[in-house]
Amino acid sequence: MTTIINVPQSLDDQSFEQIFAQVAPLPPEEKILIDARRTRWASPFGFTALLSLAQTRLERPALAVPETEETASYWSRASFFNYAESLYEISGKVPRRGRSENSVLLEVTPINGTEDVHTVVENIQHRAQAILQEKLHLEASVTMRFTMVLSEICQNVIEHAGCGGWVSVHAYKFQQRLGRWVVVISVCDAGMGFRKSLELAQGARINGGWDDGKALEETVIRGATRFRDPGRGQGLAGVRKFTGKWEGMMSVRSGTARIAIIPEWGQGLPLSEGLPFFPGAQVQITIPERIGQP
Amino acid sequence: MINHIDVGTVLKRSVCDLYSNLVTRPTGAAVRIGIEHHLDEIGDKALAILDFSHVGLLDFSCADEIVAKLLLQYVSVDLPRREVYFVFYGISDSHMEAIETVLERHNLALVTQLADGAAQLVGNVDGDQRRAWDTIGRLGNAGAVDVADATGMGYDRAAQMLETLWQRRLVIRQESGYVAIRGGIGLRTSPPAIGESAAVNPAVSGVEVS
Repeated sequence: MTTIINVPQSLDDQSFEQIFAQVAPLPPEEKILIDARRTRWASPFGFTALLSLAQTRLERPALAVPETEETASYWSRASFFNYAESLYEISGKVPRRGRSENSVLLEVTPINGTEDVHTVVENIQHRAQAILQEKLHLEASVTMRFTMVLSEICQNVIEHAGCGGWVSVHAYKFQQRLGRWVVVISVCDAGMGFRKSLELAQGARINGGWDDGKALEETVIRGATRFRDPGRGQGLAGVRKFTGKWEGMMSVRSGTARIAIIPEWGQGLPLSEGLPFFPGAQVQITIPERIGQP
Repeated sequence: MINHIDVGTVLKRSVCDLYSNLVTRPTGAAVRIGIEHHLDEIGDKALAILDFSHVGLLDFSCADEIVAKLLLQYVSVDLPRREVYFVFYGISDSHMEAIETVLERHNLALVTQLADGAAQLVGNVDGDQRRAWDTIGRLGNAGAVDVADATGMGYDRAAQMLETLWQRRLVIRQESGYVAIRGGIGLRTSPPAIGESAAVNPAVSGVEVS
């Protein structure tokens, strides 16, 4: 039996919860078909989470590609199909890749080792510089800090997931919620997640009430890490600092919880618990166009 | 002798010829080991200029692996690895952000040399230590009496501050007194290759460490 998973028309970190909710109750060996035929748009979170989702299934899932040529073409230019083709049985027309998309700062890229982080950092710098300055009106020096943030989040996958993950960075106009340009980083994996990662080192010291929400608070807010090295845990702290300085939004989902640093323009709860279970960690950083001085 | 270490070159030799960014912990650890091997060859008392001019990005993980873990070996109050002083050169604003973060985490401080040759103290340093360091920088070579006179600190306090700065490898201790750390690299027309030693210009450094 194949269970059909309906993909929303607009696929981002919020609407992806509908997919998590449909998949969570299903046993991993059950065949699923991700039906994206009516999907018109996807954020970097949508791309990277779809790839992570496929990695959680024991039976190779199927994917029905968007019917709209414009949408399918965009997914193609974002390099989504490059990797989806090895993880999904694809049905529908996959457009040829063609010219690269200006708004895609970083196509979907696998993160499996430290060399991938180097590749990501080398690839993004030139494109990020132009977009961050022209569209987001950020100073040239911010490009380096932005890339530092990207590097640190990618490293989290390598050090904590126990398996590979995916990264993608796009810039687009956040018309409905903000009316401004934003640049969005998404890094997703289907690995062990924050709770299990901390349990590896602190298992004996963890008391009652320990869950995904507590693990996220410990790691994202307090900088806890499973490593004993006192120098660890600075990466996410640096990401938080950068995000706060540029009025950005940061959300980290792991297991059944999501923690978020929410700016004035943002929506959502600082901590959401009891979400449909999905393994690993899914991180999204949104930096908005600058208006006025920092 | 001053020993100039081009960190960008160490990165290319230790990790990959194509890289110009210091990112990820394994990369940082490999570069630190490369620097340590070089330091092992330069004697028990030395001044090393770590030149970051050819490094693009330095992330927090690499800053921790290279800067913090290197300093921790040489500023240990109990048993420092050897008497090595560091000047950090070619530090950009974005490098500085990562470096300041890790210095704060480990309660460390270091000396950077700006493009105009001026030295700057960065990291966790209290007010009296900074005043004593500034005074040594201004006077070039001084003892506790000079620092006490110049700052209005008591003699004992000045002596204590200078000893602390030396233990933290932020000033050089010699028989004649304490000496400011300067790299003198700004006077060169081109940086020497890794491993090459450059003679100190006494007008800039005020000291020979050998």
